[in-house]
Amino acid sequence: MWKELGLNLEGHDQLLAILGKAYKDIYMSQENRPKAMQYFDFVISEAHGLRIKELMETKKKGNKVIGTFCVYVPEEMILAVGGTCVGLCAGAEIGIDEAEKVLPRNTCALIKSFMGFKLAGLCPYIQASDLVVGETTCDGKKKAYEILNDYKETYVVEIPQMKTQRDRTLWRGEVVQFKEKIEEISGKKITPENLRAGIKIANNKRRALQRLSALRKAVPVPISGLDGLLVNQIAFYDDPLRFTKSVNALCDELDERIKKGIGVTKNGIPRILISGSPMALPNWKIPFIVETSGAIVVAEESCVGERSTRDLVYETGNTLDGMIDAIVDRYFKIDCACFTPNVERTDHILDLAKEFKADGVIHYSIQFCTPYTVEAYKVEKAVQKAGIPFLKIETDYGMEDMGQWKTRIEAFLEIARG
Amino acid sequence: MKAAGIDIGSRMIKLVVVERETIIHSLITDTTHDPLEQCKKLMAQTSFDKILATGYGRHFFETEFDVTTVTEIKAFARGAKTLFPNCRTILDIGGQDTKAIALDEKGSVSKFEMNDRCAAGTGMFLEVIAKTLGYGLEEFGKEALGADGNIQINSMCTVFAQSEVTSLLAKRQKREAIARGIHMAILNRTLSLLKRISTTPDIVFAGGVARNSCLRYLLGQALGCQVRVPEDPQIIGAYGAAIIAKDSGK
Repeated sequence: MWKELGLNLEGHDQLLAILGKAYKDIYMSQENRPKAMQYFDFVISEAHGLRIKELMETKKKGNKVIGTFCVYVPEEMILAVGGTCVGLCAGAEIGIDEAEKVLPRNTCALIKSFMGFKLAGLCPYIQASDLVVGETTCDGKKKAYEILNDYKETYVVEIPQMKTQRDRTLWRGEVVQFKEKIEEISGKKITPENLRAGIKIANNKRRALQRLSALRKAVPVPISGLDGLLVNQIAFYDDPLRFTKSVNALCDELDERIKKGIGVTKNGIPRILISGSPMALPNWKIPFIVETSGAIVVAEESCVGERSTRDLVYETGNTLDGMIDAIVDRYFKIDCACFTPNVERTDHILDLAKEFKADGVIHYSIQFCTPYTVEAYKVEKAVQKAGIPFLKIETDYGMEDMGQWKTRIEAFLEIARG
Repeated sequence: MKAAGIDIGSRMIKLVVVERETIIHSLITDTTHDPLEQCKKLMAQTSFDKILATGYGRHFFETEFDVTTVTEIKAFARGAKTLFPNCRTILDIGGQDTKAIALDEKGSVSKFEMNDRCAAGTGMFLEVIAKTLGYGLEEFGKEALGADGNIQINSMCTVFAQSEVTSLLAKRQKREAIARGIHMAILNRTLSLLKRISTTPDIVFAGGVARNSCLRYLLGQALGCQVRVPEDPQIIGAYGAAIIAKDSGK
C-alpha cells in the first residue's frame, strides 16, 4: 500500500519512530486520563496505518479523498458526494531541507511543514488525496500553493479579507464554485438530499466537540488540555461518524467524572486559555510545557479548537440554494486573523476567558505568521484591560527553545496564581 | 533559621544564605560543564536549614535534592524589592540572557520580558567583544566610559559584531571609541526592552553586567534618573530565592 502511494518508506519509518516516542513521552505519561481516550490513542497509532487503508478502500469504491489545510473548506459538500475530507500533515518539523529549497527560510513553520511533508514524500494523506484544497488565508500559504500545485493538483478557494456584503457575495461565489469542483471531481451531483445529510454529519461532529469543550469548563477540569487538543486534532482526519460517537462516549465518561467531582489534576491550579495560530497534529509544544509546569489548559481559541467548532450550519434550509446560503453564512462567521477588522475574535477570547474561568491567556503565534503575530497586540490590550494575565509566545516547531519558554511560562504561571 | 537560595545561571552559580533579611554567607562559582558538582561544592562550604533553587538549572536541582523552585523572574523581583523597597522596574543582564521586570506597588510581577533565543547584548556578548579588543572585563567598561568618541556598531549578533569590530580595528579606529560604540549598542537594545515593559523608578539594575561602569552611567543618563545597583548585583536572584525560602515556612 505504501509503495502504491509513492511514500518515502525509509523516511516514513523514521518519522513514525519519532512520533511514537513523542506520543509516549507526552501523552502516555499523563496521569488519570479518561478511559475513553484509548480510542484516540488507537487512532493516533493507526494514523499512518489503518486509517490510510480505510481511505484506500473508499477510493476503490469510487469515492474521493479531499485534502485540506484550513477550516474554511466546506466539508459538508465533500461529505455530500460520499467523499472524505482529511486535514493534511502540517504540524511537525519534517522535510525542512526540502521545503527550504522552494520556500524562503523566514516562512512560518506550518507552511514549511506541509511543503516538507509533500516534497519528502512523508504524508500518506496528501498521497492518497484526489485533490488538495488550498485557501487564501495568508500571503505565505497563497504563494506556497502555487508551488505545491507543481507537485499535486491544488485547488485554491479565495477567502475575502473583510466582512462586508460585497465580501459575502464573493464568498458565496467561491462556495458555489467549490461545489462545482467537487461535483466535477466526484462525478456526482450535489442535491438537497445529499447536502442535507452532509450538513448533518458535519454538524453532529461539531456538536460533539462543543459538548467536550463545555465539559472543560468544570471545576476541577475532568480532562487535560493535551487530551482536549488531541481530540480536536483527530477531528480533521478520522471517519466523522465513528469519531462523533467516540467523542460522545468520552463526554459520557467526563459527565460521570464531573458528577463525582473528579478532576484530572488537583484542584486550584491555574486554568489557561491558549489563543492564536492553529496547533496541527503533532504540535503539542506549548500545552505540554504549560501542563508540565503545574497548570491546565481549558480551551483553545484556535482553528484546531473553538474557531472550527463554535458555529453550526442551520439545518432549516429545504432548497439547495437555501442550504448553500446556510453554509456560506456559517463559514463567514469564522474569525480568522486574516480578516480586517477582526474585533469578533477579541470579543470571543474575552468571552471564553470568562466562561472557562481562565486565570491567564497565552497568545500563541507561529513565528512569521503575520496575521496572528500582529493581531496579538490588540488581543493583549483587551485581555489586560479585563485584568487577566497575558503572555505572548512566538515560536516554531523546533525544540531548541523549550527551556526558554519553560522559564517564561513558569514565570507567567507565578503571576497567574496571584 | 538560616534559609538559602541558589541561582544556577548559564555562566555562574550563586548561593546566598540569609538570617531574617541579612546575608550571612554569599558564594559564587563558575557553572562549568558539571553544574551539579559545582552546586554540591558550594553547599559544602556553608550550612542552612532549607534551600530554594532558581535559574536555568533549577529543574535538575529540584530532581536531585527534592526542593521547591521559583523562576528567575520571581527571584529577582523578590530580591530587588527586599533591597530597594521602592523598586518598580528591574533590569537584569546576566551571562546569556537579559530580562526586564515590572513590579506593581506591592512588589508582585505585573509584566516581564526576556531576550530571544540568542545572547545578543548579554554578558557573553561583552566578554567576546572585550576579548576581541584586548580588554579585561573591568577595564572594558572603564575605557569605554572615558572614550572621547563613539563609533556606531550595527550588528547585535555576537558573531557579526565581533567581525565588525575586527574590521574596524583593521581600519585603525580607536579601540576606546569602538568600546563606547559597543556599549551604546547594548544600551539601545536594553532601552527598547525596558520601554516595552516599564521605566518607572526606582529602577534596579542587577546581574553580572551591572558591574560595568559605562553601562550603568549610560543607562542613568538615558533614563534621566538614578539607576540603583546593588552592592553585589550578581547575587540578587539567589538572595531573592533565599528570602522566598525564609518566608515559605516549610
